[in-house]
Amino acid sequence: MSEVLVVVDHVDGAVRKPTYELLTLARKLGEPSAVFFGSSEQGSAAAEALGKHGAEKVYVVDDTEIKGYLVAPKAEALQQLVEKTSPAGVLFVSGFEGKEVAARLAIKIGAGIITDAVDVEDGGVTTQSVFAGNFTVRSKVTQGVPLITVKPNSAQVEEVGAAGTVEEFAATISDSAKKAQIVASQPRKSSGRPELQEAAIVVAGGRGTGGDFTAVEGLADSLGAAVGASRAAVDSGWVPHSYQIGQTGKTVSPQLYVAAGISGAIQHRAGMQTSKTIVAVNKDEEAPIFELVDFGVVGDLQSVLPAAKDAVDKRKG
Amino acid sequence: MNIVVCVKYVPDATADRRFESDNTVDRVGVDGLLSELDEYAVEQALQIKEKADGDVTVTALCIGPEKAVDAVRKALQMGADQGVLVTDEAIAGSDYLATSLVLAKAVEKVGVPDLVMCGMSSTDGAGAVLPAMLAERLDLPQVTLASVVETQGDQVRVKRDGDTATEVIGGTMPLVLSVTDQTGEARYPSFKGIMAAKKKPLETYSLADLGVDAGQVGIGAAYSAVEDTAERPPRSAGEVVKDEDGSGAGALTDFLVSKKFI
Ligand SMILES: Cc1cc2nc3c(=O)[nH]c(=O)nc-3n(C[C@H](O)[C@H](O)[C@H](O)COP(=O)(O)OP(=O)(O)OC[C@H]3O[C@@H](n4cnc5c(N)ncnc54)[C@H](O)[C@@H]3O)c2cc1C
Ligand SMILES: Nc1ncnc2c1ncn2[C@@H]1O[C@H](COP(=O)(O)O)[C@@H](O)[C@H]1O
Repeated sequence: MSEVLVVVDHVDGAVRKPTYELLTLARKLGEPSAVFFGSSEQGSAAAEALGKHGAEKVYVVDDTEIKGYLVAPKAEALQQLVEKTSPAGVLFVSGFEGKEVAARLAIKIGAGIITDAVDVEDGGVTTQSVFAGNFTVRSKVTQGVPLITVKPNSAQVEEVGAAGTVEEFAATISDSAKKAQIVASQPRKSSGRPELQEAAIVVAGGRGTGGDFTAVEGLADSLGAAVGASRAAVDSGWVPHSYQIGQTGKTVSPQLYVAAGISGAIQHRAGMQTSKTIVAVNKDEEAPIFELVDFGVVGDLQSVLPAAKDAVDKRKG
Repeated sequence: MNIVVCVKYVPDATADRRFESDNTVDRVGVDGLLSELDEYAVEQALQIKEKADGDVTVTALCIGPEKAVDAVRKALQMGADQGVLVTDEAIAGSDYLATSLVLAKAVEKVGVPDLVMCGMSSTDGAGAVLPAMLAERLDLPQVTLASVVETQGDQVRVKRDGDTATEVIGGTMPLVLSVTDQTGEARYPSFKGIMAAKKKPLETYSLADLGVDAGQVGIGAAYSAVEDTAERPPRSAGEVVKDEDGSGAGALTDFLVSKKFI
């Protein structure tokens, strides 16, 4: 069986959950091998967890020489790894970096690319959700090694217990790949809440909060949910950009999405329309968000949300 | 300094976007416009021009059907100096690889650029991969997804709000620069701008003008194929209650309990 390369998304060696989802999907295409950019200590430490989730091999690419540069060096290293392994596919997490590394690699090796897949079937047919979630498209790479970027939360994490054998891979990086320099990097502070794209429940606030997110956060914490926001709330400086849901923010597809004080513009829908259950609280019964909801409350979020929080807390005992 | 801004003509997101029978995006039957996310790139290009000491030429470049000239025109009305539309029947249905090839050839034909600027993503395909591909094709560094752009001489510094960190990225021109919708509102064309745009140079290139073989582009040359497209069934509107005398929260909680969220 051919190898399938899975590019590991990690922060300082801590593997992020979407990578494990990729390892699950990779098994539909062949035998998963993880590709870890980092130090060999971090790589060896991560290999156990990567193996447990399905990676037979873990290629560790030492990044001392390249970690200060954006995207291009990783694409070069992957080109060399693809040449060595002739994989049945390469999977990336759909984020800024994953997509751009895949993009450069596609040109280098002459391979088809599919972005933002939400499913990968046996044989490599992928599913994407397009036009703000209004259409579902199934497509397939027809030439070259399929390069597929997959959105977080697209597959179950499964433990299968593969070997996770570490193999150091020495890549040769050209000088021209080392030109866009990462001058400074400030890690994002953790909110202590679940990650937006991994959460089973998301409570989001919009302009209708008037800048006071206390009610939104209160309900979110009672439900164990992540907190999101519309662009209007982000643009007003009420919450960080990392909270933004929609076309130019994150796409979420949780079990439950609660929109509070959000009108439901098409660009917002683009990021939440595929949620399993949608609930809205909005003062305006004409708000377009009500077209999407499974349950809606026409009312003031500043009174409905805190009362709902109390009721939830009471039920939980 | 030469700045080329890549602008895409896209179906209006607020219209009923759809596919053709061959599963390509309907770019003719649905009203189109300059992709809103590319307006931010035009805006940043104009700000760089306004701040620069020397002469700066901003060229708006678009690949698309004939109607796509509207996108170029809008960029000219905003303040770009000249426009180029690459249009050719053979391009229809091109994938990212082909589009990036044609864009790269067109950039080279416009002249040696100092900056090739792009939006963060198109609003139709939304792949957000073209800027990186263009950088690869042109063998240029990429400084992408900037939320704040600063230039000084040939130095570029941007802020990039990534998934797990906020970074400062630096590079030396020439390079490919893409910007997000966090860079600040794009200007509206003024009446003066609209009048002036009518006299600005606007060229149309075919594939032959760029020396690209028609066999390298279009649906036949694509590296991926769409198997099928399906409209998502509209969500059936659920129950909506009015919050009278504080009843809304109880009803909401009952719903959450019935769905086992609590
Ligand atoms: C290129 C582009 C990209 C974009 N990307 C995104 C994106 O990624 N994400 C995104 O969200 N938007 C995006 N937008 C913006 C989008 O078009 C809308 O402007 C935005 O989503 C509106 O945010 P909102 O619903 O919070 O505000 P509004 O549309 O102003 O709605 C506020 C709502 O709150 C209700 N309300 C007011 N007070 C209360 C109260 N006390 N209790 C209950 N309800 C109340 C009002 O009835 C109203 O429905 C984008 C736009 C463009 C052009
Ligand atoms: N057909 C096109 N013509 C001109 N520029 C384009 C075209 N397609 C994409 N671009 C540029 O590439 C960016 C990213 O597009 P995409 O990778 O398609 O999401 C856009 O914001 C544009 O700046």
